[in-house]
Amino acid sequence: MNAHLQPTGSAYFLTKETDSPERHTLSVLVDNEPGILARIAGLFTARGYNIESLTVSETEHEKNLSRITVVVVATPKVLVQIKLQLERLVPVHRVHDLTAEGAALERELALVKVAGTGEHRVETLRLADAFRAQVVDASTESFVFEITGKPSKIEQFIALMVPLGLVEVVRTGLAAISRGPQGM
Amino acid sequence: MAEQMTGAEMVVQALIDQGVTHIFGYPGGAALPIYDAIFQQDAITHVLVRHEQGATHMAEGYARSTGKPGVVLVTSGPGATNAVTGLTDALMDSIPLVCITAQVPTTLIGSDAFQECDTVGITRSCTKHNYLIKKVEDLPKVMHEAFHIATTGRPGPVVIDIPKDVQFALGEYLQPNINGFRHSSYKPHVEGDIEAIRAAVDLMLKAERPVFYTGGGVINSGPEAATHLRELAELTGFPVTSTLMGLGAFPASNKQWLGMLGMHGTYEANLAMHDCDLMINIGARFDDRITGRIDAFSPHSTKIHVDIDPAQINKNVRVDIPIVGDCGLVLEEMIRIWRSRTNEPRTEAIAPWWERIRTWRAVNSLGFKNSDTTIKPQHAIQRLYELTKDRDVYITTEVGQHQMWAAQHFHFDKPNRWMTSGGLGTMGYGLPAAVGVQVAHPDALVIDIAGEASVQMTMQEMSTAVQYRLPIKVFILNNERMGMVRQWQDLLHGGRYAHSYSESLPDFVKLAEAYGGKGIRCDDPAKLDDAIREMLDYPGPVLFDVMVEKDENCLPMIPSGKPHNEIILPDTANIGSIIDEKGRQLV
Ligand SMILES: Cc1ncc(C[n+]2csc(CCOP(=O)(O)OP(=O)(O)O)c2C)c(N)n1
Ligand SMILES: [Mg+2]
Repeated sequence: MNAHLQPTGSAYFLTKETDSPERHTLSVLVDNEPGILARIAGLFTARGYNIESLTVSETEHEKNLSRITVVVVATPKVLVQIKLQLERLVPVHRVHDLTAEGAALERELALVKVAGTGEHRVETLRLADAFRAQVVDASTESFVFEITGKPSKIEQFIALMVPLGLVEVVRTGLAAISRGPQGM
Repeated sequence: MAEQMTGAEMVVQALIDQGVTHIFGYPGGAALPIYDAIFQQDAITHVLVRHEQGATHMAEGYARSTGKPGVVLVTSGPGATNAVTGLTDALMDSIPLVCITAQVPTTLIGSDAFQECDTVGITRSCTKHNYLIKKVEDLPKVMHEAFHIATTGRPGPVVIDIPKDVQFALGEYLQPNINGFRHSSYKPHVEGDIEAIRAAVDLMLKAERPVFYTGGGVINSGPEAATHLRELAELTGFPVTSTLMGLGAFPASNKQWLGMLGMHGTYEANLAMHDCDLMINIGARFDDRITGRIDAFSPHSTKIHVDIDPAQINKNVRVDIPIVGDCGLVLEEMIRIWRSRTNEPRTEAIAPWWERIRTWRAVNSLGFKNSDTTIKPQHAIQRLYELTKDRDVYITTEVGQHQMWAAQHFHFDKPNRWMTSGGLGTMGYGLPAAVGVQVAHPDALVIDIAGEASVQMTMQEMSTAVQYRLPIKVFILNNERMGMVRQWQDLLHGGRYAHSYSESLPDFVKLAEAYGGKGIRCDDPAKLDDAIREMLDYPGPVLFDVMVEKDENCLPMIPSGKPHNEIILPDTANIGSIIDEKGRQLV
C-alpha cells in the first residue's frame, strides 16, 4: 500500500496513557430540571469518558435537587477532568469522588426472574435464602426475587441462577453514599 | 405590582434592562411576536443579516471589540440550525453571546411540526448553557440569568429557546435581580488563591529564563487586565509572548514582546517557550496549536497557570502552580506582591536569557523574499499595517494562510482590536465579524483580512454592510488557492492538490459593485500603496481583490508532531521532505 494511503489514526498527539484505568463512583448533586440527564450523559459521550452505571433520582424535593451516581472507569488524570468538567455545567452543585474519599457504601437492587420445576425450585429457594433475596412473585413454575447488596453479591447470585433457569434480570444501577456524619 | 406584558415584550424589555443597544437577527414564523415587539420600540436597533451564521459572527465581532455580550435573534428550525456554527465558535473562543431562538408552540413540540427542531438538544454541547422556556413566568428570570452566565466566569454563548405561545402569553415582568436566579449552583471563581499567587511570585523572583505566555483570557478579563500585564512585564523585565487569541493584550511595539507563539509563531517565541525555566501562563489553555508535541513541550520549565476555568488546569499539560481566577485580579495581586518584595526588575539575572533571545530574533523568522513583479501576501499586510497604523483600526480575519500572516505582520498595541476564529477555525467568520465590529464602532476603520475561499462562505453579508452603511473593508489576499490546504498537501501528501484550488472565482470587483459597494483590484506591487489608499478613502464597503503570489508558504511552522525546536524556517526550500510517516497522521 502507498504510504500516503495508510489509514490515518487519531489526529492529535496526546501522549500515550501509561496509567491504568480505575473504577470510581462519583456522586453528583444537580438541580432537578428538564434535560439535566441529557446534559450529563452528553458530556460523557462528547468527551469520550466511559460510564459503567448511572442512576438518577430526585432526593430533596423542597430544594429541587437530584443526586446522580455515576460509576466511571478512567485513569487518574481523566478522573480529575471528569469531575472538573461536570462541575462546569451550570446546574451542577457539587461532585464528590466517593471512591477517592474512602470506602463508600454502595448498594444496588435487582429483580431476578427464575423459572423451573422440581429439584431446581428447591435449590433456587435455598440459595435465595442464603443471599437474603425476597420472593416478590411466585407461580407454580417461577419466582421473582428482589435482592439488594453490593454489585458483586448481585452478580454472584445471578451467576448461580443461570443453571437453575434464569429468565431475566433488571438492576437499578448503583446508589452510593459516604460513611460517617458528613453529607456531600 | 410588577408590570404585565407579553412574553415577546418581556424579551425586548429584558434586553433593554441588560443595556443591549444592538441585536443581529433574521425573522421567521415562530419569531414574529418578538419581531412585532421590536417594531414597536426604538431603544434597540435590529441589524437584519443575510444568513443566521452571519448574525452569530457579527455578535461575536461586536462582543470581542466592546467587551459587551453580543445578542442574536433567530427563528425556529433552520434559523436555529444555521446559528450552530457561530455558537460553537463562540464556545471555543469564550465569547459572550445570548442567542434567542424561537420555537414552535409548546403544544406542537415533539410533533415534527413545520420548522420544528430540537434546538436545546442540538445546541446543548455548543453552548455554555441553554434553556427551553415552557412558561411565561420563567422568561424574565431566565433572560437575566442568561446574560449573567454568558458574561461571567469563562464567557460563552447561551441559548434561550422560546416557543411561540410563550411569546404571546401574558405574565409579570421582573427586573434583573441576581438573587432571583434559578441556578444557585453557578458561582464562578474569580479571585485567585493568595498563597498560590505568592508562591508564583516567589518563583518569578528566582527565575533565570522566564517567559509570560498569555492568551485570550487577558482580553476577556477586560482592558485593566491588559494594563496590569504591561505593568507586571515592566516590573519584572520578563519577555512576553501570546497565543493567537491574546494578540493586543501586550503591545507589539514593546521591546519585551517576542511575537506570537505556536504553530506559526516566531522562532524566538517558540524557542523561549521550549527553553524557559519558568513559564507563566496567563489566560491561555495549552492548546495543541501552541504545545506541539506534548511530551516534548517545554521540558525544563516550572509552570504557573492562571485560568478562570478550573477544568483547564492539568488538562493537556501538568502545571506546578495552578491559580484559578480572573486574569486581571490575579495580575493585580502579582503586581502588589512583587512590589512588596523588590523595586527592581530582574534585569541582570536574566540578561543571559535575553542574550539568547536576541540570537533567536536575529534569525528573522518572519522574513520572506519580496518581489517587484508579484505582490507577496506578507508584503501586502505589512503595507496595510504601515498605511493604517496611525488610525484606530480593528482587524478581523477569515481562516487560512492569510489569517496567520495577518497575525504575524499586523501589529496590535491595544486589546479588543483583533478578532479571529481561533479555536474552531471557522472560514467565513471575518466578513460578518467585521460588520459586527463596525456596528459597535461606526467611526473606526474595520478591515477583514480575507482569503478568496473563506470570504465566499459568508459573502452575502456585504449586502448587510451596504444596507446599514457600514464601511467595512474586505482585504482579500487572493492566491486562487485554499492556500493553507495546499501548503499541507505539499507538506504531507506529496503535492497532490486534491480540491484545494479555487476555480471559477467570481470577479470580486463586479461582485462588490453588484452589492452596491466598491471593488478594487491590484496585482502590481508598485501600485499597491495607492490602491490601499483608495480603499481607505472610500466612505462605504469595499472588496479589495489583492492578487498575490499563489504558492507562498506560511512560515515559520512547527509541523504537528514536532517539538518547538524543530520549527521550519522561511529559507527551507522543499517542505515536502520534512515530515515523517507518523507526523502525516496528525492534523
Ligand atoms: C468552514 C471551514 N471549512 C473548512 C476549513 C478547512 N480549511 C482551513 S484553511 C482552508 C483554506 C482557506 O482558503 P483561503 O480562504 O483562500 O485562505 P488562504 O489559506 O488561501 O489564505 C480550509 C479549506 C475551515 N477551516 N473552515
Ligand atoms: Mg486563498
